[in-house]
Amino acid sequence: MKYLDEYRDPAVARALIAEIHRTATRPWVVMEICGGQTHSIIRNGIDRLLEPHVELVHGPGCPVCVTPLEMLDKAVAIASRPGVIFTSFGDMLRVPGSEKDLFMVKSEGGDVRVVYSPLDAVKIARENPDRPVVFFAVGFETTAPNNAMAVWQAQAAGLSNFSVLVSHVLVPPAMTALLSSSRNRVQGYLAAGHVCTIMGWEEYEPIVRDFRVPIVVTGFEPIDILEGVLMAVRQLEEGRFEVENQYSRAVQREGNRAARALVEEVFEITDRKWRGIGAIPASGLVLRPEYAAHDANLLFDTGRILVNEPAECIAGLVLQGLKKPLECPAFGKMCTPMTPLGATMVSSEGACAAYHAYHRYADVRA
Amino acid sequence: MCLAIPGRLIETYEEHGLLMGRVDYSGTVNEACLAYTSDARVGQYLLVHAGFAMNVLDEEEAARSLETWGELVRLAAAEGTDIFGIPLDLDLPNPELPDPERGSSLP
Repeated sequence: MKYLDEYRDPAVARALIAEIHRTATRPWVVMEICGGQTHSIIRNGIDRLLEPHVELVHGPGCPVCVTPLEMLDKAVAIASRPGVIFTSFGDMLRVPGSEKDLFMVKSEGGDVRVVYSPLDAVKIARENPDRPVVFFAVGFETTAPNNAMAVWQAQAAGLSNFSVLVSHVLVPPAMTALLSSSRNRVQGYLAAGHVCTIMGWEEYEPIVRDFRVPIVVTGFEPIDILEGVLMAVRQLEEGRFEVENQYSRAVQREGNRAARALVEEVFEITDRKWRGIGAIPASGLVLRPEYAAHDANLLFDTGRILVNEPAECIAGLVLQGLKKPLECPAFGKMCTPMTPLGATMVSSEGACAAYHAYHRYADVRA
Repeated sequence: MCLAIPGRLIETYEEHGLLMGRVDYSGTVNEACLAYTSDARVGQYLLVHAGFAMNVLDEEEAARSLETWGELVRLAAAEGTDIFGIPLDLDLPNPELPDPERGSSLP
């Protein structure tokens, strides 16, 4: 398939790996931000092919994983209300809340529906004018324009029964928070390509300057990732700290202006708690007051929510790149994709799920 | 969640005031909102995420990358073998990579 196959060519991969091995004179620690990249790395064994020259650590780039438990419990509470149609991307349905997940709500008779596009949720609202339709608006900058369009369209069409439960997160503040930590090991970043397709890379320019780390905007196929790593390693070896763009077929410096404009119109920036990491200033989006009529957070009073995180789970440390999934005593035993303890195992893009899917658990049992 | 797939735009139309398109992903056709890529033309490749086209893929940039990599492979091939001792040539039909840790074939 065009724009996919050519980025999986083994001859190019081997040439890039050889070049990375040749270029690195000492071990470097590079973090890939996006869960999609983590998945590609583990699936293709890229991390092992780069050892010992480059250690790839996995970042917090999975919105499903970092959605706070309180928000999941709130989603469960709203979805459980009689009459409500609760819509969501499929990957949120299996994420365990304190007591249950959205699939359990559905099995108990709740009207929980999976949508592919947020516009499908608006369509459901149009077809069911007598019922409240709530969409779980989760995601990074990549998804924010889509969810913004759903709200904008509902407002324009006067669909008063449509609302969104917003739990949007922003990537650059999390990258800054990780670099600011005293435990930070990250020496270079592969920035999440599709976040940058929307946002461009201007936001990274102060980060490379202030923290002296290279940031390479990188795609998702094996060749993309290897080239991104090579570009980061070259910068590290040469003592350069710049924003570079590996994913040039899909990303421009200014991103997608039309998409950014609608995100700005509908959302405003807020402080946000990240599951496993904690509160990060100015790292989330909420609806602007002009769109309050579509804010499920205001429309549904779910009372005070007390959350209960499983004590065994080290997802928080995995999300910060401080631990690898195999360092968790519960991995592959108490915690599997069928019985996940934490979100990094639930979401198919979570680091723990990637390790499990590609049989890395065999190493633990051996 | 930020998964996006390249597909070819085959038709555009309007729905509820939004520019929409039908996108062909190697035989599977689905609709996508084109509100953020309003200059996309039929035949171009789009990057589609959760029902929205995020960008028109840049053919020239893609071709430039492929050229760079082709050169890298030619240079490596000129040296004979790669770091795993595998002969490098341009027409290698998808060889199995050995696991560098175990020295055996990957599953």
